[in-house]
Amino acid sequence: MITDEPAIWTQALRKSYPGRGAALDGIDLAVPAGTVHGLLGPNGAGKTTTVRILATLASFDSGQAWVAGRNVARDRAGVRARIGIAGQYAAVDGILSGRQNLEMFARLHRMRAREARARADELLERFDLVEAAGRPVKGYSGGMRRRLDLAVSLIRSPRVLFLDEPTTGLDPRSRLEVWDAVRELADSGTTVLLTTQYLEEADRLCSRITMVVRGRVVAEGSPAELKSSVGGRDLDEAFLLITEGA
Amino acid sequence: MTVSISGAMTDAVTPHGSRITWAAVDTWVVAKRHLLHLVRRPDELLGTLMIPVMAVAMFGFVFGEAFGVAMDVPGAEYREFLLPGLFALTMAFGIGNTTISIAEDVRGGVLDRMRSLPMSPVAMLAGRALADMILAVVELTILLALGTLFGWQAHLGIGAVIAALGLLVLLRMAFSWVGILLGLLVSGPEAAMKYFALVFPLAMVADTIVPTDLMPGWLALPAEWNPLSSTVIATRELFGNTAAPATTWVGEHALTMAVLWPVAIIAVCLPLAMARLRRLGR
Ligand SMILES: Nc1ncnc2c1ncn2[C@@H]1O[C@H](COP(=O)(O)OP(=O)(O)O)[C@@H](O)[C@H]1O
Ligand SMILES: [Mg+2]
Repeated sequence: MITDEPAIWTQALRKSYPGRGAALDGIDLAVPAGTVHGLLGPNGAGKTTTVRILATLASFDSGQAWVAGRNVARDRAGVRARIGIAGQYAAVDGILSGRQNLEMFARLHRMRAREARARADELLERFDLVEAAGRPVKGYSGGMRRRLDLAVSLIRSPRVLFLDEPTTGLDPRSRLEVWDAVRELADSGTTVLLTTQYLEEADRLCSRITMVVRGRVVAEGSPAELKSSVGGRDLDEAFLLITEGA
Repeated sequence: MTVSISGAMTDAVTPHGSRITWAAVDTWVVAKRHLLHLVRRPDELLGTLMIPVMAVAMFGFVFGEAFGVAMDVPGAEYREFLLPGLFALTMAFGIGNTTISIAEDVRGGVLDRMRSLPMSPVAMLAGRALADMILAVVELTILLALGTLFGWQAHLGIGAVIAALGLLVLLRMAFSWVGILLGLLVSGPEAAMKYFALVFPLAMVADTIVPTDLMPGWLALPAEWNPLSSTVIATRELFGNTAAPATTWVGEHALTMAVLWPVAIIAVCLPLAMARLRRLGR
């Protein structure tokens, strides 16, 4: 589903929180449809802020932002109908069961009750949560919770999916499961913007990477380009060099 | 595994139907969620009911005789006077759970998730108000049964009882919107719990447990104008229960005020809560 129009496009995106300096100091992004794009940066770089703005959860001060062909500032409803978001902190209901969560959010996606149940079944199966489906989410392991969060974000097969540090705090096995899911999504044509602090993760999953430090883009390119631009070192070294130079 | 995670990429465009219809459907889905919470955590409902049940025991029987003497009526008659007060008081105490649950939704990110969906914004909050009203009906049914056990009676027939219950549920809806607004304003669920004690003066400085004419003048005035008092006096009238004769304008117009107060509170708190919800996105 690769078209000319980028699925995510921002220009000079700026935002500051009251009483603080700029959280985003001019972010430019252009993510072609159907690709996995990495937003890489250390803690506090502005990754979550960028994702929240693009997902209509936060406003911005200046610049432009388009997602799935919709203007983020002007057509929030249009953006919301076309995106999915899975957060750094799994935003699912801890008291409800996994199945109840999926059915509720499916209903809020305007699915009919029967359709919602069928979709919940499908996603529980896909994310290996069938056995835990009836239990309260509070009792889930970190990996199960993250899988449920991912499942919820995929209820309506979004065109653009935002994954904010989807593997932070996960054990290696759960991390691999999330990676598999991201690859499967990419194959099916979903555009994914993935934030991460892990270079290895970005290197494995992303076709292009934007490095952000203190709210500014410090480098942009394919993993290979980033490596060659700093003289063939591996990405970790490149990251250190670029970050220190910023 | 060949089940696709991503089915046909149909945009989640809202199916036909008016915005109001969809707001109603979304509100019901969110309300169901809050009611499921109560089913999974019945201790919360028990906690809410504990207060009026204890109050009937304490005020009805321990202090009841003394209050009866002060009011110049027998203890049994004081209990007649007391129960409508406790019904309204229970409606007020519900504000605690409302505030905490909204504060939890802000903190836990569930509200953020909802805000990322193409759902009706007002439903994110109104769902809680609807759940509160349904819960209020359950609580009132239990309290009515308990009251009957304690010898309390409604004297004016089923129609009047239903009207009285309607006023109580309306009062609960008003407190629900106050709670929703507070839940969006407080820094977190802990803060909501800390401030819960503030409900006591609201619930007690009213014509609920002690008749206002037994209060010192500086306390009687706010007590008479307390929205709770209007509902209590109006429901006492509708139940045909013992009441002190009305001596003030608010007291005389209790029935009108029992409708006006909640409507006014909702008219203020609902738009403020919606404005606050929009500000969460700053
Ligand atoms: N709600 C907020 N209020 C004030 N400052 C914030 C808020 N959220 C983030 N920030 C600040 O904005 C900057 C970027 O944060 P964030 O986007 O969370 O970074 P990252 O996700 O890359 O770790 C940080 O300096 C952070 O302290
Ligand atoms: Mg972050």
